[in-house]
Amino acid sequence: MARPDRMAYPDHAVRPARAARPGRRSRARRSQLLWGLAFASPWLIGGAVFIAYPIGVSAYYSLTNFNLFQSPQFVGLANYRAMAADPVFWKSLENTLYLTVTGVVLTLVLSLGAALILNLPVRGQPLFRALLYLPTIVPVVVTGYLWRWLMNVQYGWVDRILGLLHLPQPDWLESPTWGTPAVLLMTLWTIGGPTIIYLAALKNVPRELYEAATVDGAGPIARFRHITWPVISPVTLFQVIVSVIAYLQIFTQPYLLAQTHLNASTGGPGNSMLTYSIYLFENAFVYLKMGYASAMAWVLFLVTMAVTAVVLVTSRRWVHHDGR
Amino acid sequence: MTAVDHAIPDQVADPVAPGGLVPRAASRGARGALRLLAVLVLVAAFAFPFAVMVTTSFKTTGDIFHAPPQFWPTSWTLANFRAVFTEMPFWRYLGNTVLLCGLNVLGTLLACPLVAYSLSKLRWRGRGPLLVVLLATMMLPPQVTLIPVYLIWNHVHAVNTYWPLVVPAFCGTPFLIFMIRQFLINVPNELLEAARIDGASELRIYWTVVLPLARPALATAAVFQFVWTWTDFLNPLIYLNSTSKYTLSIGLYNFFSEHGVDWGPLLAACVLFTIPALLIFLAGQRYFVEGIATRGLK
Repeated sequence: MARPDRMAYPDHAVRPARAARPGRRSRARRSQLLWGLAFASPWLIGGAVFIAYPIGVSAYYSLTNFNLFQSPQFVGLANYRAMAADPVFWKSLENTLYLTVTGVVLTLVLSLGAALILNLPVRGQPLFRALLYLPTIVPVVVTGYLWRWLMNVQYGWVDRILGLLHLPQPDWLESPTWGTPAVLLMTLWTIGGPTIIYLAALKNVPRELYEAATVDGAGPIARFRHITWPVISPVTLFQVIVSVIAYLQIFTQPYLLAQTHLNASTGGPGNSMLTYSIYLFENAFVYLKMGYASAMAWVLFLVTMAVTAVVLVTSRRWVHHDGR
Repeated sequence: MTAVDHAIPDQVADPVAPGGLVPRAASRGARGALRLLAVLVLVAAFAFPFAVMVTTSFKTTGDIFHAPPQFWPTSWTLANFRAVFTEMPFWRYLGNTVLLCGLNVLGTLLACPLVAYSLSKLRWRGRGPLLVVLLATMMLPPQVTLIPVYLIWNHVHAVNTYWPLVVPAFCGTPFLIFMIRQFLINVPNELLEAARIDGASELRIYWTVVLPLARPALATAAVFQFVWTWTDFLNPLIYLNSTSKYTLSIGLYNFFSEHGVDWGPLLAACVLFTIPALLIFLAGQRYFVEGIATRGLK
């Protein structure tokens, strides 16, 4: 029986555990198993209903013709073949890969640069860090509209600033060439997360290393190349994987940026903002092609796994492990 | 997890840390000014769009449609904010969103620590594999499960209700479970053993020992869940059809769509929509940053 009076003071003197007799051990083990399962049960149930079953069913749907109103019709690999012949599918994949490659590289460069700057000994850094993180918590709908406004050719600030710098001022929201960079620009506003992660990593670089290198006459660039970069490289690997996954799945930002009015087409000028997930969403919930959309989801899963695997394999060349 | 333990106090102590502020020589001062300039330019670039949103929401129509754009309004007006309240059921959307946020945070606080406790402090066969499965699901694109899950809710006639937007939180979110687990690992086993020897049931140990100790991790999880639900767009878009049930995200989306490009009221609504997330962020900033740092350095 539990003794509540003692429970209120959990940190009283620890007594050695009683030696368990052999007969008790298996019973104790079973009771441990039951407790473990009981405590994990919310997610065991949730995982079964919302993840395991959907994965299985989704694989089946991807082999069917299914429009919600009739029961699924088995069509074999027809959806996958249709995908290969669908130019819009290829366009959405191309846009997504373009966004992923440029987005991941720019996210890394900008967030590391921002972290280095926010790591400088300047008074008020906590406030500056919070300000840089701020765009991340702005509701994404707000971000979408705000950037539609900022990228307005006549009244927006993006082209105004480019004009002041004597740079070309593209029509971001109307030009098929600039649609995808517009999405990129908007997403790069929210690099607060990776920046904070890099900041934490920079705090972790042993100060003695810098001091020793300075004594040896290493300048700031040499110190960065030979100390900072290798030490934070495991974190860089993590950031690459997380941003690759995020960009491959990107949906809301381009979806909102492309929207001109209610139920408008969501691809942007010349489908330049049509990402893979937007096309998947349209197939599922606009055209009700659930089978085709499920097949697309599986291809996305495979692409994600493939890209992640490539990143992990090549990372052996540039990620530095100190044996920890 | 030592990484995190070191990182956080450092960050707090940093502004008065090495060098920079000690007025030793003139070159020191010049370098300090350069550093400050770098920080200010960076922060200005990120804060500027936000500032434009706020000043535009106080502009008259004439000021808004002025080319080239001006930062400050020539005359300040509250008309855009008044328009928000007359043109869209702002309070209704706000109430719906707060209700959903409350339920989601409640679900997260009930479910995630339970599962995290099982995955960190209970020794049972299958714990290791379950942890691997949990981490693996974080890799799975939500698009794969999106359609079947929608069909499940459709099958039980729960589309256009709040059930699909609330129930998943009561099952626990892998990322938050993992984060709380990483925290619980550092709780000394002696505390739990002592209670066990006293004959306390696992449930009682969990309730009286583990939960109070896990408070910082729970606060982090609550802040994360709040901001996720508050800013969620895709799920309300898929599951809610009737205007009376809309959240602010979808309400704002519809507001834009129906009214074409009525920029003043739209940006005023954006400002109003951002304020609560901003307040929560400022209140829970420390927890937020810790959560992200944990994720990065696992």
